[in-house]
Amino acid sequence: MNGINHKEGVAFRRRFTQGAMFGFFRIAAVINGAALLVVVYFLVARGWRAINWTFLTQPPVDSMTKGGILPCIVGTLCLSVGAIVVALPIGVASAIYLNEYARPGRIVRIIRLGINNLAGVPSVVFGLFGLAFFVVYLDMGVSILAGSLTLGAMTLPVIIGSTEEALRGVPDTYREASLGLGATKWQTIRSVVLPAALPGILTGTILGLSRAAGETAPIMFTAAVFFTPSLPTSIFDEIMALPYHIYVLATAGTEIEATRPLQYGTALVLIVLVLGLNLIAIIYRSRLRKKR
Amino acid sequence: MSPKKQTGKGRRNREKIIRFFFFGVALASITTLFLIALFLFVEGVPIFKVVSVSDFVFGKYWYPTDDPAAFGIFPLIIASIAVTLVSSVISIPLGVLTALYLAEGASAGVREWVKPIVELLAALPSVVIGFFGMVIVAPVLQEILNIPTGLNLFNASLMLAFMSIPTICSLSEDAIFGVPVELKEASLALGATHWETIARVIFPASISGICTAVILGMSRAMGETMVVLMVAGGAAMIPTSLFEPVRPMPASIAAEMAEAPFHSDHYYALFATAIVLFLFTLAFNVIAEQISHRYRQVGAATL
Repeated sequence: MNGINHKEGVAFRRRFTQGAMFGFFRIAAVINGAALLVVVYFLVARGWRAINWTFLTQPPVDSMTKGGILPCIVGTLCLSVGAIVVALPIGVASAIYLNEYARPGRIVRIIRLGINNLAGVPSVVFGLFGLAFFVVYLDMGVSILAGSLTLGAMTLPVIIGSTEEALRGVPDTYREASLGLGATKWQTIRSVVLPAALPGILTGTILGLSRAAGETAPIMFTAAVFFTPSLPTSIFDEIMALPYHIYVLATAGTEIEATRPLQYGTALVLIVLVLGLNLIAIIYRSRLRKKR
Repeated sequence: MSPKKQTGKGRRNREKIIRFFFFGVALASITTLFLIALFLFVEGVPIFKVVSVSDFVFGKYWYPTDDPAAFGIFPLIIASIAVTLVSSVISIPLGVLTALYLAEGASAGVREWVKPIVELLAALPSVVIGFFGMVIVAPVLQEILNIPTGLNLFNASLMLAFMSIPTICSLSEDAIFGVPVELKEASLALGATHWETIARVIFPASISGICTAVILGMSRAMGETMVVLMVAGGAAMIPTSLFEPVRPMPASIAAEMAEAPFHSDHYYALFATAIVLFLFTLAFNVIAEQISHRYRQVGAATL
């Protein structure tokens, strides 16, 4: 009798521990979800009132205490597209080398070490590098070009990572079939592997775009300025950008309290842009997976 | 020499050139990394004509614009280490537990919802999190705890934690998924509960991957700029409590670079601070690399 009770007690304890631990897992996941929700909720609740047609289509007026954020939207689009123009060809080509051509060995290990460490470089260090190298040494000045190159260098590991994943997802039978038909390696990559990997590469590109759009520190000294009276006309112009605009209005203005609504509005526009791009990538990717 | 043979040769040569081209492009990342290091050193080393390396690293006073100026970044280094450690106290349990939930606890349907949430959390721009910490969290902290400012070490660490959770979570999840399914099945077949299997088999088998994830998450927290710039409070002093304002290295660089005259001592000192920051994150990455390389889980046999 006693033994059975004891057995039941142990079984109960094991079940209880399991339930409690799985409860902790769930709580951790819920905290993450709550954090995301709280941030988005406050920005939407306090930002939506600031958003109207004027806000989205007019430049700031009265030393940035009124008016809109058009130059910032245009600037952020220029910079993030510029970053992708820099990072996409280099990133895809690097991934092709690593996944299709390279054999495991010391050289590949060094290249991977480079990519991993580049991914770990702090954003403000990219900013200083952009300032010293692109802005000053290559004499590009504070410009869209210098900012795009800096952001491009920062986005490179993201593009390489997602392209490699896409290339790994292409079954080897595709390659073997193409090579077996007499195609060369390059012909195989160009007409068989790349088209099959394209959707994955596209997802990575969208994620890279959103990453570049949200970064502040790399563009602080390389591309962005407090205020420009007109929209950019060339890649050598300095520009305004959404993330930098939020930072400036929230910390450096003379009317920090008065421009709060503008700050919330700008932050809302930025997260709609960034989270929107990410949602597109997530939904697109889950559709792709279901197709397979 | 038949024409066919010539085309064969031409094809081979072209293939070689293409292969070489891709190899060249693949070197871009390591070249960029090298250029970053080079330019940091070229622009940072001149400060050591003014102060010695040990006075710079261990100097307790950072008054770069005073006359005479004091270039000691010890308070900035301590601040960076402090925010990284405090944030990891929050982010490690949350990140690893969420990863366990995603990999083991959640049903496929729930997973499909939770995973995007973690990804969206990762996508939030740092300036937005900094802004949130500044205008929403800081006043709340100030009121509840009755402290002079809500912009302090604790607030910055809290915001940083939520920036590093996605890194820790998704890399840990990969590591947990990498555990061979036979191990799990063997444990369950021996009568262990799901939790016992996780605690005694899955977790130990994926610990090296989880360590890598944690180190990379901490590296991310240490290098993160906008959050500490906006939320940490900005006082270049060695903190004595959780609720004092601090000035981590990235904040100092980002805040002062715009005002430092080109090629002044202050400018050099900021680049030298960036060298220290760069070396810290490099060390984190190399350690993570070593762990994942040395203790790589090859199969059930390595357990």
